[in-house]
Amino acid sequence: MTSSLLFNITTFFYLMSMLAFFAFIATRVKALGVAGSAIALGGLVLQTIAIGLRWKESYALGVGHAPLSNLYESVVFFSWTIVLIYALLDLKYRYRVIGAFVMPFALMGMAWAQLGLHSGIEPLVPALQSNWLLYHVITCFLGYATFAVACGISVMYLIRENHERATSASDRSIVATFPSTRVLDDLNYKAIMIGFPLLTLGIVTGAAWANYAWGTYWSWDPKETWSLIVWFIYAAFLHARITRGWAGGRAAWLSIVGFVATIFCYLGVNLLLSGLHSYGG
Amino acid sequence: MTTDQRRLSQFLWDFLCSLKLTMFLLITLAATSIIGTVVPQGSPPPEYLQSISETKLKLYQALGFFDMYHSWWFMLLLALLSLNLVACSIKRLPHIWKTITRPMVVMDAGLEKTLSNLTTIKTQEDAGTLRDRVAAVLKAEFAKPAITEADGAFHLFAQKTPWCRLAVYAVHLSVVIIFIGAIIGSLFGYKGYVNILEGESVDKVISRSDREIDLGFAVRCENFSVAYYDTGAPKEFKSILTVLENGRPVDGYNRVPIIVNNPLTYKGITFYQSSYGKAGEYQFTVSDINGGNPVLLTVGSNSSARLPDGSEMHVLETTPDIATYAQGLSGPAARVETHTPSGKTESFIVYANHPELNVQHARHSGGPLIHYRGGEERMYTGLQVAKDPGVWVVWLGCLLMVAGIYAAFFMSHRRIWVRIKDGTVTVGGNSSKNQGGFRSFMERLVTKIKDQLAMEEK
Repeated sequence: MTSSLLFNITTFFYLMSMLAFFAFIATRVKALGVAGSAIALGGLVLQTIAIGLRWKESYALGVGHAPLSNLYESVVFFSWTIVLIYALLDLKYRYRVIGAFVMPFALMGMAWAQLGLHSGIEPLVPALQSNWLLYHVITCFLGYATFAVACGISVMYLIRENHERATSASDRSIVATFPSTRVLDDLNYKAIMIGFPLLTLGIVTGAAWANYAWGTYWSWDPKETWSLIVWFIYAAFLHARITRGWAGGRAAWLSIVGFVATIFCYLGVNLLLSGLHSYGG
Repeated sequence: MTTDQRRLSQFLWDFLCSLKLTMFLLITLAATSIIGTVVPQGSPPPEYLQSISETKLKLYQALGFFDMYHSWWFMLLLALLSLNLVACSIKRLPHIWKTITRPMVVMDAGLEKTLSNLTTIKTQEDAGTLRDRVAAVLKAEFAKPAITEADGAFHLFAQKTPWCRLAVYAVHLSVVIIFIGAIIGSLFGYKGYVNILEGESVDKVISRSDREIDLGFAVRCENFSVAYYDTGAPKEFKSILTVLENGRPVDGYNRVPIIVNNPLTYKGITFYQSSYGKAGEYQFTVSDINGGNPVLLTVGSNSSARLPDGSEMHVLETTPDIATYAQGLSGPAARVETHTPSGKTESFIVYANHPELNVQHARHSGGPLIHYRGGEERMYTGLQVAKDPGVWVVWLGCLLMVAGIYAAFFMSHRRIWVRIKDGTVTVGGNSSKNQGGFRSFMERLVTKIKDQLAMEEK
C-alpha cells in the first residue's frame, strides 16, 4: 500500500461524503447526514495514515522530511486540516448540514492535488531545512482551515438570512434544515475565535523563522503582506460583533472576504506574484 | 476653554475612541496593503517603468507607491490605529479595573435582576451553619468565598480569573509594543550585505541604503562550499567564518560553520548565508613589441588595470584550456578588453602557450605586447548582515499578543454570589464568556449545595 494510492481513496471518500451531504439536504433523510459525517471521518483517518506513510516513504528515499515541503504536500495538508476542523465541529455540535458547505473545499483540494500537481517526493531545499517549517506550516494551515469552515458557515448564514426575510416561518424548503441565523453567527464566531489565534501564531512563527534565517522578521514580502491583510480582515470581523450595524450579515461577508484573501495569500501569491515563498509552500 | 473648544475636544476624543474608526482603519489597512504586493517596491525594474504611462508614474511617485509601507499616509494609518486602540483602552480600562479590584461582594436587588443563573433554596437550618456549608462547597468546587454580614444576612462572594478581563487590553498593548520594537530597530539597527573572498577578511559592510558601516571587528571567510543531492539540487551552502579582533581570532568564533537557517552572531551583529559566487585574479606580462620593459600585471575579475601606454584593460572571460574552444591551440587563455586613451575599444584573446599569436596581434593593432600567465579563481560568500536591537521588544510584543488572545478568547471571569437570609439561600452568578458552559457548571454547583444542605437535614 503506497501513500499515493491511499490519497486517491481519500479523495473518493471526500467525494462520497459530499454527495451524501447533498442528498441529505435534498431528502432530509437523517441517515444520509450521519453517513456523510461517517464517510468524512473515515476519509480523515485514511488521509492521516497516508500522510504518515508519505513521511515514512521520504525517509526510505533518504531525503527524510515532514510532507509539508511543496505545493502538492501543502494542498493535501490543507484538505486534511479542513476535514479535521469540520470533524471536531461536527463531534461537538452535530449540525450535519454544514458538511455540505465545507466538504467541497476539502474535495477540491484533494482532487486538484491528485490530478493537477506534481506529487514526487523531493529533497528539502536549504531554505526549508529548519524545525520552524513544522511549527509555521501547521499553525498557518490549521488557521486557514478554520477560515474555510467559517466561510462555509457564513455562506449558509447569508442564504438563511435571505430566506428568512423572504418567506414565512412555516416553510418546509431545503433552507429550513439549516441551523438558525443566531446559531450560524455563533458558530462562525467560534470558528474564527480558534482560527485567529492560530493565524497569529503562524505569522509570529514565520517572523521568528525569517529573523533566524534572513535577519529580518518582516520585509513586506507579498506573502507576509497578504497574511497581514488576512489578519486585518479577521481582526475587523472580531470587532464587527461589538460594533453597531456590523453584526450579522456584514460580519458574514467579512468572513467570506477573509477566506478569499486567505486563499489568495496561500495560492494567489505563489502563482501570480513573486517573492520569498516561491517554492510553493 | 470655551464651549466650542470643549465640544471640539470631546468630538475628537469620541472619534478616537470609536469602534467605527477601528473598523475603518482595519479594512483600509487591509485594502491599501494590496498595492505594495502588486506595484514593485524599492527601485522598480526599468521594464516595469516603461510599461506604465508617464501620468501613472508621476501619480505613483507622488503617493509613495514604490515604497508604500513607509509612505506618509500608510504610517499615518498605523499611527491612527495605535491612537485608536490606546484611546479605546483608556476609555474602558478604569471601569474594568474597578470590576477586578473592587468587586461587588454583596448581591443586592439591582445585581440580582441582572443575573440569569439564579436559584433559591428554602431550608430550616440556622444561618451560621448554612454559611459554613455553602462556603465549604464553594471552596471545594469553585473558589474560596469572601463572607460579609450586612442587613441581617450573610453574603458570600467568590470569583475566578478576574484578570482575564484585562487580556483584550494586553492584546492592544502588544500591538503598540511591536510598533515600538520596529521603531527601535529602524533607528538603531541596520540591514546590510557583504561579499568575502575565501581567505580574505572584511571589517566594513554596505547597508541597504548604500552606507558603509564599520563593524568594529573583522570577519574572515576561511572556506565556502556547496553540497548537492544526487538529483543535482543544492543541499547545503556553507561558509566557514572566523571573527577577528585586532587581527586575532576570537575564542569560540574561530572557524564557525554557517549555513542557511543557521547564522553567526557576534556583538549583536548577525551574519546570514545568502549567496555566493566566483571571483578571479589573473596575471599578465605587458611589454614593448620586442619584449622590452616587461611589467607584471594582476587584474581582478571585477576591476581593471592601466597599461603602460595609458589604456585600461579588464578581463571578460578566461579558460584554463583553450583547446575546448579552438582546435590546435592549448593552455590557458583570457579574453580581455582594452580602452585606449583616444577612445578606441578592442576585445581580443591573449594566450599563455602561444606567444607568437600575442605578438601577431600586437603588431596588427599597434598596442603593447600582452602575454597571459594564468589565473586563480576563488569562491566568495555573500552574507546578509543585520543588527536589530529592537527585535526582543518585538518578540515580547508577540508573546503578549498570543497569550493575550488566548486569555481573551478562552478564559472567562466567573463570579458567584450567595445570600443567606431567613432560611433562604439565593445563589446567582455570571460569566464574561462561554455562557453555555457556565450555565451547566452552575446547575451542577446548585445540585451539590442542595445535596449538602439535605444531608445535614437528615
